[in-house]
Amino acid sequence: MKITILSGKGGTGKTTVSTNLAYTLSKKYKVQLLDADVEEPNDHLFFNVNVEKEESVDILLPVVDNDACIRCGECAKACQFGAITSFPNATVVFKNLCHGCGVCSMVCPVNAITEVPKSIGKIVLGKINDNLKFGMGLLNIGEPSGVRIIRQLKKHIDENVDVVLIDSQPGTSCPVVESLRNIDFAILVTEPTTFGLHDLSLAVDLVREMKIPSGIVINRDTGNTNLIDEYAKKENIPILLKIPFDREIAKLYSEGKIFSEYLPEWEEKFANVFDTIKGMVK
Amino acid sequence: MKQLAIVSGKGGTGKTTLSSSFGALLSPVVLADCDVDAANLNLMFNGKLEEKYDYYGGKKAIIVQNKCDKCGICKKICRFEAISFENEVYEVDQYACEGCNACVIACPQNAISLETALSGEYYYSVIDEQKEIVHANLNPGEETSGGLVAEVRKLALKKAEEKGKDIVLIDGAPGIGCPATSSITATNYVVIVTDPTSSGLHDLKRIVETVRHFRRDFGVVINKYDLNPDVSKQIENYCLSDNIEILGKIPFDELVEKSNLEMKPIVLYENSMAGKAIKEIFEKVMRKLK
Repeated sequence: MKITILSGKGGTGKTTVSTNLAYTLSKKYKVQLLDADVEEPNDHLFFNVNVEKEESVDILLPVVDNDACIRCGECAKACQFGAITSFPNATVVFKNLCHGCGVCSMVCPVNAITEVPKSIGKIVLGKINDNLKFGMGLLNIGEPSGVRIIRQLKKHIDENVDVVLIDSQPGTSCPVVESLRNIDFAILVTEPTTFGLHDLSLAVDLVREMKIPSGIVINRDTGNTNLIDEYAKKENIPILLKIPFDREIAKLYSEGKIFSEYLPEWEEKFANVFDTIKGMVK
Repeated sequence: MKQLAIVSGKGGTGKTTLSSSFGALLSPVVLADCDVDAANLNLMFNGKLEEKYDYYGGKKAIIVQNKCDKCGICKKICRFEAISFENEVYEVDQYACEGCNACVIACPQNAISLETALSGEYYYSVIDEQKEIVHANLNPGEETSGGLVAEVRKLALKKAEEKGKDIVLIDGAPGIGCPATSSITATNYVVIVTDPTSSGLHDLKRIVETVRHFRRDFGVVINKYDLNPDVSKQIENYCLSDNIEILGKIPFDELVEKSNLEMKPIVLYENSMAGKAIKEIFEKVMRKLK
């Protein structure tokens, strides 16, 4: 079973849900937690991760041999990203615009373009305990997009575990889509405010378009959750769990602690979430 | 004309609390909500929609099936794993395709073409005589949010010039990737909002590096600093040792929750401790822009 945790927007409690689920489920199941929030991964801050392996994520960048180049401009014409320009005295690659697609070297009539790997980030893999494997991606500062990092991270999905949890980036754009590809279920984390509802509805649009079954976790519940309850009922999406707006939970979070480890009644609640999901995916 | 950006590295630290308050205090102003994935600022100001624009982002490859002879060259050449072969048919995954054109060029049957895709919309709304806002909606699953952020900023600048407004306030996109960097390039000053959680400090370091990478002047605001004094201290120590100016600290204030529910910037509540702190930060930032 592969589950992605998303939120429409940052700060709603995606990390809280991911880490607590991973922790509580690992008591009973073999679990793998993958932090795909590659711009700002946080899950590792809540665990002692025993790092076993790191690997670089590379894209191929073109290098122009300006002695061989005849300045025909075919490469610049073919590039969809404006990342290569042919000037009268040299052809220049703008590295930050390059997607590493390889079109320029493909169309060069004199083979003046070769490609060299450039690291845009890395994958860290390890273990938290015998039942809990961990992986995360980390985008380098200044790089535009983490999609490739997420793609490479997902190649490390262990098909032998019972549950894979993928903590997605916030929002609904392409990195989130990458976190949702080929998974079985989406947990949508929200909070009971007008903003929360607005962003939740964006996330719902996305998972529906991708035909992924989903359920809602309401975080910072003040008892004032009618807004989300009504929406969930209208849209026929189950509410899996409500986490109260509680100073103790907020404090444990701020200290980098998993609250269900300290408030054990929550272990069962998170375990129930998984049972509900299992019932929905079959 | 000055451009001021408010960013946070990560969502949920209180960026909208700060930017809506700055928006309320600034007059005249053009606001640019660059959080195009989940635009919230206009919800706070309830501007009246005046103009709407389509946003065409990247292109996507389309395979014409009756021309395809199933040679598989497109799948082999695509570096984005965007072409799948299932049920004897090659197909482009619209979410994975980056529109690079490699498959179009490589296809021996000329069965593939690139088509422009509608990726979202952006809007110009008027709040009152002194305030306007440019905001946007990116369609779910779109990749070109950095491009849409650029459009939002361009339109905000244009409106500011037309109406003779001196300042554009940018509510930045979260993260450190292309929408976030597209929110801070060529700004005059950047305010970074953080909060005292262990992840807050981790994210702060990454956004600081990013803002430095783009060589912008910046300062840091610690929101809800009294929720965890230990981590707040750690953040202050980090700023001190790294020569980063702390613009101010905002106390935890339950009125903020209320202001979010009532959709009214916190500085408009007279008794708010958080509002008072934000006003002081605002004055300091205005002096930076002079």
